[in-house]
Amino acid sequence: MATGVKPRVKVPKSAAAGETITIKTLISHKMESGQRKDSDGNLIPRSIINRFTCDFNDQNVVDIELDPAISTNPYLEFDATVPEAGTFKFTWYDDDGDIYEESKEIAIG
Amino acid sequence: MNMLTRGLATGVIALFAASGAMAEAADDNLVINGDIEIVTRTEAPAHLSDTMDEVMSGWLFRGEETRAMEADDFDNPGMIFVEQGEDTWNTAEGTEGKSCADCHGASSEMAGVRPVYPKYVEAAGEVRTLETQVNDCRENRMGAEKWGYTSGEMVNMIALLSSVSRGLPVNVAIDGPAQSTWEKGKEIYYTRFGQLELSCANCHEDNYGNMIRADHLSQGQINGFPTYRLKNNKLNAVQSRFKGCVRDTRAETFKPGSPEFVALELYVGSRGNGLSVEGPSVRN
Repeated sequence: MATGVKPRVKVPKSAAAGETITIKTLISHKMESGQRKDSDGNLIPRSIINRFTCDFNDQNVVDIELDPAISTNPYLEFDATVPEAGTFKFTWYDDDGDIYEESKEIAIG
Repeated sequence: MNMLTRGLATGVIALFAASGAMAEAADDNLVINGDIEIVTRTEAPAHLSDTMDEVMSGWLFRGEETRAMEADDFDNPGMIFVEQGEDTWNTAEGTEGKSCADCHGASSEMAGVRPVYPKYVEAAGEVRTLETQVNDCRENRMGAEKWGYTSGEMVNMIALLSSVSRGLPVNVAIDGPAQSTWEKGKEIYYTRFGQLELSCANCHEDNYGNMIRADHLSQGQINGFPTYRLKNNKLNAVQSRFKGCVRDTRAETFKPGSPEFVALELYVGSRGNGLSVEGPSVRN
């Protein structure tokens, strides 16, 4: 069970119709690779965020698969074109089955 | 073959050009979140008037990408630890069942505290760092266990207290009851330590702006601590950095929290009087 997990996103509050905006996301997560051993020599079980998606008004923007070599607190930045006002929905999928969600409204103007 | 040689030669020239450009402090301004203006260079405090004209934040000695990370809280990895410090600020602990917030209010109420530490504390009769004061609160007001001087919890808390003071000028007092400690710190600053026989001044006063192998020497200002270092992916306390520096001279180091390092922190802090508090800053 991952503890201290907290998603954060940064999306402009408004954009012109058809404008390309930059979205930044960050989730605090230890991203335990499953390859390390503790002080007694036992393998520390893998615990990572394995998938991230972003949807805009139910249309997929990005769908990213994350692997164990990605370091702590994964930061993802990408561009998206905004055709209309709506809601960005962000979802992170944890190895342990937890799902973390965040959403941000964007207005046209 | 000829082409290859030429290609290599061009590459070597480009490399020299790049390192040549690096040797100057950057000509750049730091505004965090488009809002908090940070003074990264200013007139040297009076006590340094024989030594240097201008004091500069370490921010000016870092590369463009590293500088950009500090200009936006979202891009500054140190802010994750500030948030963790904020959670701790509001959590009740110890036998008194009190949190920091119960006495002090919101963490933003603490703006202006970071810039004056280390300072002489009348009740204790000695110069104290912010860390010592935090532990004093924990022990005597909260009835909680002390934190390790450079432990994660402590560094997060100091990062929180620094972040609410960002933009305010460092202003540690060097006269009055603090003067003897300040003199002691000054003596340590100019004393050569270790097998390499280096004092703080040899690098950070005589050679700032020059390259020390692959690294760009700064003035060793501490206005940006705690510092998120890209090399170890975590926040670093100022006295951990002192320890690292003294170790690099191949000396036996003082311990973080020792009277020697407290005196040195006061002295080095006073060399940056006038620069803005920047912590948590981003460095390599």
